[in-house]
Amino acid sequence: MKRFSIQRLCAIIIKEFIQMKRDRLTFAMIVAIPLLQLILFGYAINSNPKYLPTAVMSSDQSAFTRRFIRSLQDTTYFRVVSLPKSEAMAQKLLRTNRAQFVLNIPSDFSRDLIRGKRPSLLLTVDTTDSMAAANAIAASNILTKDVFDHLLTGALSYLRPTPPPFNLIIHAKYNPELITQYNIVPGLIGVVLTMTMVIITALAMTREVERGTMESLLATPARPLEVMLGKVIPYIIVGYLQLFLILGAAYFVFRIPAEGSLFLLCCAALPFIAANLSVGVMFSTAAKNQLQATQMSIFFFLPSILLSGFMFPFYGMPVWAQKIGSILPLTYFLRMTRGILLKGNTLADAWPNIWPIILFMIIALFVGVMRYRQTLD
Amino acid sequence: MSSDYIIDVQNLCKSFGDKEVVHRVNLQVKSGEIFGFLGPNGSGKTTTIRMICGLLKPTSGEGHCLGYDIIKDAYQIKKEVGYMTQQFSLYEDLTIRENLEFTGRVYQLKNYKTLVNEALENLGLIGRQNQLTGTLSGGWKRRLALAGAMLHQPKLLLLDEPTAGVDPKARRQFWNEIHELSERGITTLVSTHYMDEAERCHRLAYIAYGSLLATGTIPDVIKNAGLTMWVVSGENLNKLANQLRELPAIEQVTVFGKELHVVGTDKKALANAIKPFQKKPYTWEEELATLEDVFISLVGKAKDNFYLIKN
Ligand SMILES: Nc1ncnc2c1ncn2[C@@H]1O[C@H](COP(=O)(O)OP(=O)(O)OP(=O)(O)O)[C@@H](O)[C@H]1O
Ligand SMILES: [Mg+2]
Repeated sequence: MKRFSIQRLCAIIIKEFIQMKRDRLTFAMIVAIPLLQLILFGYAINSNPKYLPTAVMSSDQSAFTRRFIRSLQDTTYFRVVSLPKSEAMAQKLLRTNRAQFVLNIPSDFSRDLIRGKRPSLLLTVDTTDSMAAANAIAASNILTKDVFDHLLTGALSYLRPTPPPFNLIIHAKYNPELITQYNIVPGLIGVVLTMTMVIITALAMTREVERGTMESLLATPARPLEVMLGKVIPYIIVGYLQLFLILGAAYFVFRIPAEGSLFLLCCAALPFIAANLSVGVMFSTAAKNQLQATQMSIFFFLPSILLSGFMFPFYGMPVWAQKIGSILPLTYFLRMTRGILLKGNTLADAWPNIWPIILFMIIALFVGVMRYRQTLD
Repeated sequence: MSSDYIIDVQNLCKSFGDKEVVHRVNLQVKSGEIFGFLGPNGSGKTTTIRMICGLLKPTSGEGHCLGYDIIKDAYQIKKEVGYMTQQFSLYEDLTIRENLEFTGRVYQLKNYKTLVNEALENLGLIGRQNQLTGTLSGGWKRRLALAGAMLHQPKLLLLDEPTAGVDPKARRQFWNEIHELSERGITTLVSTHYMDEAERCHRLAYIAYGSLLATGTIPDVIKNAGLTMWVVSGENLNKLANQLRELPAIEQVTVFGKELHVVGTDKKALANAIKPFQKKPYTWEEELATLEDVFISLVGKAKDNFYLIKN
């Protein structure tokens, strides 16, 4: 653009920085939001919970049942909290959330086992929260294969299960211990940036309109692109501040491995930060006041957090939801950060997730500049 | 377009929705002139000024400002015009100095630090330069905004009620400065509600209900209005005023302390109407109508026309 002036751009950047410095509340939010989310998502939310409360109603006390219960606890998914005496009591524990599992051991379990009658154990599961129980159920299934192996020796060895004709070896890669934080904390970088960056620029622009300063800003020769970049650039620095805060916490608190290059991650974060800021600018051209700007930001934030693969597995979503998700920059950023941090992706690996973000950014900025009103109409 | 006019607009119209708030306004302002822009609240002064400096697109009409087309060359106009908004529009969370420096940078002034220092000295705000602008009193905010509008030494100043809420001494200082600028060839278009300020303008325009009702020098405006005015003095003027207001030939009766202004358009009819009251204890004298009388009379007539057209 031939009339573009760096000096005017700097004027706006400096002004924006001073205002940011004076606005303590916003500044506190910029730091507090990542920390709060880290604590919430990093510590409080766990999609692979362990030591779930279990009630055992056993009518059979033998070496086999004792062994089974101990092995169950050893999987670390189960914790026996109660030994109800009756079926009614056991059901009540489930109903009132005091137990998530009830294990029923029938009275002649051991006898039937020795006689080779393949007796049944009943594990009743509260699957209200399907995700919470899934891993525990899987762990209990594995148990049946060999839990009694060392008791079934000598005369009883004929009871040992015959091995299946082939072995399926499952290799959990990148996050073998299925630690939730490994998945969540890298994703959190994107979520926090989406949440704060969009809203912060949307507010910065509408504030000018609301306070009446827009009239004199428009009366100056500042060009739309200068005003927009002037509003975006200071917050890029803020975005990086948040990025470093979360990366630091990821590394020092959650011990997330950094398999790939952190430098690459920081570079690739730039288009993502800019994309979100541009969305904020775009919103501000449509919003009449700060309240509307906030609402529009939330409107953007919700699908981002729900459909990007942060909350729910991306490939588990219906096709239409995946399509929406594929428009959102957060979707690509999540894949990229997880790829770089957990899988050691290189630039070539990450590029398919970087260019859609750049494209999104250019479109958002373009729409923003186009819609930016140079008059008060 | 004629080059000796700094502002030259024809038939400017502006509608918001289906409400036309500026109707076919023509304005010609010469170089170095101080041009007053008057009119009641909501008459369209701010809207017209905004159209002149490219902040609003006219619904129809055309014009030039500083030789630039007001529709196509808004960018050039913005660079060379100093516009002071009616509403305070500096950043309240910036200090006084920061606000002026921002203006200096945005207008790409090379020596903006010196200019800001000079402006602060002139204002007498150098000691408070690091105070947040939002904490200034109303009058000081306006004076600061004015200094901001003049910082880049524009050739044309568009000032929207620059002295509203400003104390008399500062107002006088402001007008002296405007006249000094005028001598240096700088043009000013200034809107105001104060009659004493209107009288310090070289020429003025009066707008009501979006239409220009009068333009010209003060004597011209008064002469063209064709008003006859009688000044009455004496006792018990309120009672007389009430009696006079009943008479159709009398347009305005205004009490000014110990005087009564009686105004009418038709000189003969007025003379007939007041004849019965020209006796003791009142003394009657014919005088030249004042600007204020003219304006009030103009608005009264415009209002009648306005409602005639509407209904
Ligand atoms: N953006 C807008 N949308 C709708 N109506 C508007 C807008 N701006 C101004 N108006 C209307 O246009 C009319 C003229 O307003 P304007 O501000 O030009 O008056 P003014 O002469 O400056 O009045 P004042 O002396 O009170 O400042 C008013 O009736 C106002 O309500
Ligand atoms: Mg106004």
